[in-house]
Amino acid sequence: MQSQATYDYGVVRKFAVMTVVWGIVGMLVGVIVAAQLIWPELNLLEFLGYGRLRPLHTNAVIFAFGGCALFATSFYSVQRTCHTRLFAPGLANFVFWGWQLIILCAAVTLPLGLTTGKEYAELEWWIDILIAVVWVAYAIVFFGTIVIRKVPHIYVANWFFGAFIIAVAILHIVNSAEVPVSFFKSYSAYAGVQDAMVQWWYGHNAVGFFLTAGFLGIMYYFVPKQADRPIFSYRLSVVHFWALIFTYMWAGPHHLHYTALPDWAQSLGMLFSLILLAPSWGGMINGIMTLSGAWHKLRTDPILKFLVTSLSFYGMSTFEGPMMSIKSVNSLSHYTEWTVGHVHSGALGWVAMISIGAVYFMLPRLYGKKEMYSTKLINTHFWVATVGIVLYIASMWIAGVMQGLMERAINPDGTLTYAAYIDIVVAKVPYLYVRLLGGALFLVGMLIMFYNMVKTISGAKAYDAPVVAPAPAHA
Amino acid sequence: MDINYVRGILVIVCLLCFGGLCYLAFHKNAKAGFDKAAQLPLADDDLPASPADRKE
Repeated sequence: MQSQATYDYGVVRKFAVMTVVWGIVGMLVGVIVAAQLIWPELNLLEFLGYGRLRPLHTNAVIFAFGGCALFATSFYSVQRTCHTRLFAPGLANFVFWGWQLIILCAAVTLPLGLTTGKEYAELEWWIDILIAVVWVAYAIVFFGTIVIRKVPHIYVANWFFGAFIIAVAILHIVNSAEVPVSFFKSYSAYAGVQDAMVQWWYGHNAVGFFLTAGFLGIMYYFVPKQADRPIFSYRLSVVHFWALIFTYMWAGPHHLHYTALPDWAQSLGMLFSLILLAPSWGGMINGIMTLSGAWHKLRTDPILKFLVTSLSFYGMSTFEGPMMSIKSVNSLSHYTEWTVGHVHSGALGWVAMISIGAVYFMLPRLYGKKEMYSTKLINTHFWVATVGIVLYIASMWIAGVMQGLMERAINPDGTLTYAAYIDIVVAKVPYLYVRLLGGALFLVGMLIMFYNMVKTISGAKAYDAPVVAPAPAHA
Repeated sequence: MDINYVRGILVIVCLLCFGGLCYLAFHKNAKAGFDKAAQLPLADDDLPASPADRKE
């Protein structure tokens, strides 16, 4: 039995399309900054110099691309798993337009050099206030939808989305506490090492809750849907959810090894980062094992390839992360290209690939179709993207370890072997070329996706599926 | 008695909560509910019906 009401797909459609658009913009800026590191002459104008474009790249890919992907998937799956329309659809539209306005503000202020100087929280105070307002509206829509659900249980994907929404609100508001001195300048409310600790408590939990919990929400809905199998272990999902929530909050100090932060706090951060391996791999195993007994589907289904490969990269980077948090390893890896490689193994391999898979899943359904315009092109996208990632992270591993070893090399008399830092930079150049190629390939994949999306949408009508009554209890 | 006792106790309370949660999750009574919950996304046909599939 189906009621007359339809799901609110409109806001999902807008966010899904903008995921692809902002993905292309953000990754294009990434390719440009990668090229600037090889050819410094490309720093043409002060507005387009590396120092201005780099935060634009990180903000665009994390908050514009990743953010739109999270809004689209959470609004889609919360409606489907709660068997109800969105609570306050008008407010959901406000979330869309508000978020786009925030992205535009970032795209203007960051090239102008207006920044708080806090990594991943560069935006100035009035944009921070706008983010907080939009985020509260998002929370009202999401949790309101859960309150009016037609099924007794709250599906695990919604737990992850919910944790992501609450934690990001807390992180953003606490870390963005600042004193404005003019419209374009503010200073952090914290000082010295406390400021650094608050910043990396924010920074690491932005990874843990924005880039992990949120995308695990995507995983818990879209992997079972695409594989047409229930999640491997619902019990494991409950246990690893709470373990992840308890543990992530403590891991931030590993960004401040060998700094003015008290030594015990550094060791505590390292310890919790090592513990974090268990809940992280709990999620990875749960996702991958969902495929057990259905591995043959991977041969023919490129969307499933995206989803499962993303989990492999998630497993790899959540193994690498705890290893890099060990102080002795960190003394080699920190401030080198290794960190950049690690971040992109998570960002491209995990976050981008699972988002891409989920968007390919949703797009046809949002336009009344059964599949994308071309499944073959999805497969091409998959291989171009995968080769791109492998080139990217392998070159950055080599460049990073080499850089770390060169930086610590000393002569028998105790002086630095590579006292002229330019020697280290020159040694990295061949790997920077490979990284540029890898990043460019990933961008090409996104352009293929854009073409496929346009062909799928053009001529098709927007489609709002009827609200499905929950299955009877015995089903 | 200073604030650090409270902080220490809070960590122990969190640990006990997590232990209790594991006990509940692994209790045999939980399995039926979990199996039902795992079916939530699957017992939902979200593909558009055929007429809407055609371009108009």
